Amino acid sequence: MSADISRRKFLERSALGAASALFPIAMVNVVFGKKKGGEATKSKGTREKSDFTFAYISDAHIQQISGNKFVRNWDQGLKRAVAEANLLVPKPDFVMFGGDLGQLGKKVELDHGAEIMSACKYKTRYVMGEHDYYLDMGAYWEKLFGSHYYSFDHKGVHFVVLNSVLTYDSWNNKWPSAEERMNQMAGLDNPNGTPFMVGEAQRSWLKKDLAKVGRDTPVIVLSHSPIQKIYKGWNFWTEDAEQVQALLKPFSKVNVIYGHVHQIQYNQIGNISFNSVMATSWPWPYPQTYALVKSNLPVLTVPMNRADPFFERDATGWQFIDVNSGKVAATYLLPDNENRTVKYSNKTGRPEDVKYQDKRTAAQEHY
Amino acid sequence: MNRYLFVLCIAAVLIAGIKPEAKFMISEFLEKDSQLGLPPMKIPEDNPITKDKVLLGEKLFMDERFSSTGKVSCSTCHLPEKAFTDSPLKVSEGIDKLKGTRNAPTVINAAFNRSQFWDGRSPDLEDQALHPFLNPVEMGLPNHEPILKIVRSDPGYVNQFKKVFDVSPPQITIRHVVKAIAAFERVIISSNSRFDRWYFRGENVLNDKEKQGFELFTIKGRCVSCHVIEHTTALFTDGKFHNVGVGINNVSDEDVARLSAEFLKTMYNQSDVDLKVLADSKTSELGRFAVTRNVTELGSFKTPTLRNIALTAPYMHDGSQKTLEEVIDHYNRGGASSDKEKINPYLSGGIKPLNLTDEEKAALVAFMKTLTGKNFEKFQK
Repeated sequence: MSADISRRKFLERSALGAASALFPIAMVNVVFGKKKGGEATKSKGTREKSDFTFAYISDAHIQQISGNKFVRNWDQGLKRAVAEANLLVPKPDFVMFGGDLGQLGKKVELDHGAEIMSACKYKTRYVMGEHDYYLDMGAYWEKLFGSHYYSFDHKGVHFVVLNSVLTYDSWNNKWPSAEERMNQMAGLDNPNGTPFMVGEAQRSWLKKDLAKVGRDTPVIVLSHSPIQKIYKGWNFWTEDAEQVQALLKPFSKVNVIYGHVHQIQYNQIGNISFNSVMATSWPWPYPQTYALVKSNLPVLTVPMNRADPFFERDATGWQFIDVNSGKVAATYLLPDNENRTVKYSNKTGRPEDVKYQDKRTAAQEHY
Repeated sequence: MNRYLFVLCIAAVLIAGIKPEAKFMISEFLEKDSQLGLPPMKIPEDNPITKDKVLLGEKLFMDERFSSTGKVSCSTCHLPEKAFTDSPLKVSEGIDKLKGTRNAPTVINAAFNRSQFWDGRSPDLEDQALHPFLNPVEMGLPNHEPILKIVRSDPGYVNQFKKVFDVSPPQITIRHVVKAIAAFERVIISSNSRFDRWYFRGENVLNDKEKQGFELFTIKGRCVSCHVIEHTTALFTDGKFHNVGVGINNVSDEDVARLSAEFLKTMYNQSDVDLKVLADSKTSELGRFAVTRNVTELGSFKTPTLRNIALTAPYMHDGSQKTLEEVIDHYNRGGASSDKEKINPYLSGGIKPLNLTDEEKAALVAFMKTLTGKNFEKFQK
């Protein structure tokens, strides 16, 4: 390779080169109301639609060690995400927190987490995570952040926030104490575990809520667990996912954005695009070497070989979400890693990893 | 006082007094000295190293005429006798004693760097050499023309450029100039330290304290994760950029927001970045972010090598830490230069409190002093 070629490559990589290497935050926004074919149209109805972004921070797992001592690593992860989100240009319209603000649902944890989040300069809304819920069935969380599930409209998009981490009453009531219930729910691959669900009451609320929404209005569902069935042992799972999906079926543009998984996932089921968001706390699975020294990580059930255990922020991150054409483009900000963007492709009709889509190796289909 | 001891003291003073100042000699670098501990160097195909080119590069490197005042050369801030830094200056001084914002990084082993400058805004030695000539707080030239005017008319240079590049005076360009400087810099390498002889060759040249320091360096101190030692070589850097808690706290949250927004809104080119980061101390603290505009790299700077570290005080990108002891205290606190300083939110995930004892800190310092390369040992006091 000649020196000039390598120099050009270097400049492209470092964003100092020509305009070809745009910073992801300055991403070109597709004008809202663009049709699937790419042809721009005026939006129907009277509501003005415009393109916008929002930031998404999730799975901070703020954990009390004792008294006012908290796990430094998890604190730093959330502080970092908030500080970076505050610097976004263009500014996000609002911030979502995707659940699991605390680790064991304690008041001190939720308070400490809310205090760190209070540095956020934007309007912030919250999603319930199981780590926030199972100590007092969401009572203190509700006091801090409001309803467990709700909907709102923003610039022509209908947002629905679900509490998707509910489960059977029989399971909730079988434990000798609230702490024990929380601890059981916090375990992964737990034979005493139970699947998450949205539940009948919330589904009938959702049905009514969606009845008022036009079929062409983009709908974005925000939940903690994936509204799809991926892996039950880790509750990458929602027991009544199909019923919820059925309620979303009539709409032409639907996205589900979920936390909980601590990794980048994306999928397309029928008309619904799924995007996960990253955790600010730890990656899952994490490498075995993470646990060589005493740490506050949950017990490892499956090792991974990608995150660098030295750099505690590796394989963690947060994201901002660009709502192009009513479809989501999630840009992941990944410290100690290259940032990535997962964007809905009009061509293939599914979310794609913008940079790596062409470089994917075929999925393993037999085990 | 014992008479015998007195005589000994006098003798010691005399010896110290008459000890000649150690001098840098390029000839020592042109010999094929052992490169024990260093990987093979990648040399650009279009700029092979020749002895004549190195000698031309040395002359250019030392030439003070390539500045607006005629008093500043590359070597003003990269003094060979100071391990190619301007130790003990905190930040470098250019024309008219104008101060930049950053501590002069050593030229030694810079040929192995994956990128140049503290924020990596330059890809290689040739490109790097273009910029200080033009920076208003460094050498302050309006453009490269004054340099070309000199090398095209000075008979010595005319002969040397003819010999090295086979060019006539009008054909000499700034590319030739920086190629010669880069060739000179590529022979300024240093290895074969006591550490190398012990670690790679098994010679028993480290004492117990230094060996203990090495253990701490690789395990409890976590140093080796960024200051890398490989199986057969050791550059003592990962070539990456990290926020280690130095500098960014000097900038208020409001100023970080204001300055970062400026970079996110405007696509600055390499020269703009060069001007901005050296002109303003607050902008300087944006670090790698000013180059990549990636907010996860705010306040990040390149991991410097630790080779010859005993000779290059003060430390860190802003020269804010006077001694190796201060540096270790900073890391021991988990990325803060005092117990009162808050931990900045952009801190690299690798930096956390280390719980080192005073004895362990001393051992780490002792270990770092074994990293002086053989050809620079004469400069170590």
